[in-house]
Amino acid sequence: MASREEAPKVNAGSMADIAFLLLIFFLVTTTIETDAGLDRMLTRPNIDVPPPIPERNILPILINGQDELMVDKTIIDLKDLKDITISFLDNGGASNESENYCIYCQGERNAKSSDNPDKAIVSLMSNRETTYGVYIAVQNELVAAYNHLRNREAQRLYKTDFTAMEVLYANAETPKVQKDELKKKIRSIQKLYPMKLSEAERQ
Amino acid sequence: MSKFKLKKSTHTPEVSTASLPDIVFMLLFFFMTVTVMKDDTLKVVNELPNATEIKKLEKKNRIITIYIGKPVKKFEESQGNQLKIQMDDRFVNLADLGSKVLEAINERPEYIRGFITISLKVDKKASMGLIDDVKEELRKINALKINYTTYEGDTYKNLE
Repeated sequence: MASREEAPKVNAGSMADIAFLLLIFFLVTTTIETDAGLDRMLTRPNIDVPPPIPERNILPILINGQDELMVDKTIIDLKDLKDITISFLDNGGASNESENYCIYCQGERNAKSSDNPDKAIVSLMSNRETTYGVYIAVQNELVAAYNHLRNREAQRLYKTDFTAMEVLYANAETPKVQKDELKKKIRSIQKLYPMKLSEAERQ
Repeated sequence: MSKFKLKKSTHTPEVSTASLPDIVFMLLFFFMTVTVMKDDTLKVVNELPNATEIKKLEKKNRIITIYIGKPVKKFEESQGNQLKIQMDDRFVNLADLGSKVLEAINERPEYIRGFITISLKVDKKASMGLIDDVKEELRKINALKINYTTYEGDTYKNLE
């Protein structure tokens, strides 16, 4: 019996064309969408007047209609904001006899600045004419200040970054046991430097 | 007479195109994996600002998106060129925003209603006035968890 002829080869020359077609389809439909951002909790609408807070515990940040930044009655540059915020939060001004004394703070311990991180409130006020881009840039610097301090404490206590723990916690592949442990650690760091950022309603 | 004959190639050698499909496939797979199908058609200009300290938004079904920006060219005539709010595929008035958000929350399964995050996608050139109003409306209906959705990038680009 005659040996069977070799099966005819399929011409693969048009494969590139087909792939190109698909590629162009995906190129056109793609919008690289973002699903990340800055998380923030709004304050509850409160009816009763909040107790007065001593001025030293508030860091007032104002952005005016011309997108200028003012902290404590002086106009500053955006790149200085992070350091100002860190030194305010980390000040720990309460004396070491008082119950508000902050053991882990490494700041200047200036009696005229915040008592401790738990008491320190950053108040961000904006004008109706402020540009949103600038507002986000300022918010970003404030979050960066908190993250810097939280990372420092996390390094000291757990030898890891706070932000790294958060990423790990959010990851769906992290086993539950580890997650529970991470949650505890994250909570404890958040307690050391609670984010008290008030986006004050304009008066 | 010269001893050496000039070698003259009769034709230029062809570049092999055999690996072309492979290259194209590589690109194809890249775009296939990064593609997110759009849920909403944007009716407002929506260039988000940049930020570095961002957190990823997890669990898509717990997110309600509000777009704010100036209407795109197509809608400029009917909607004017002031800042507008868009939810799903429609323009929403500030006064109706609260009820629209509540409606959207109530469409979700009951057990996640308490964990809804409002993602604010705001054009970086917008002014804070309307955004403050929107936050006030959200505060009224007790939708307190918000997220300023941004791109990842240098914040100093926002200042330009």
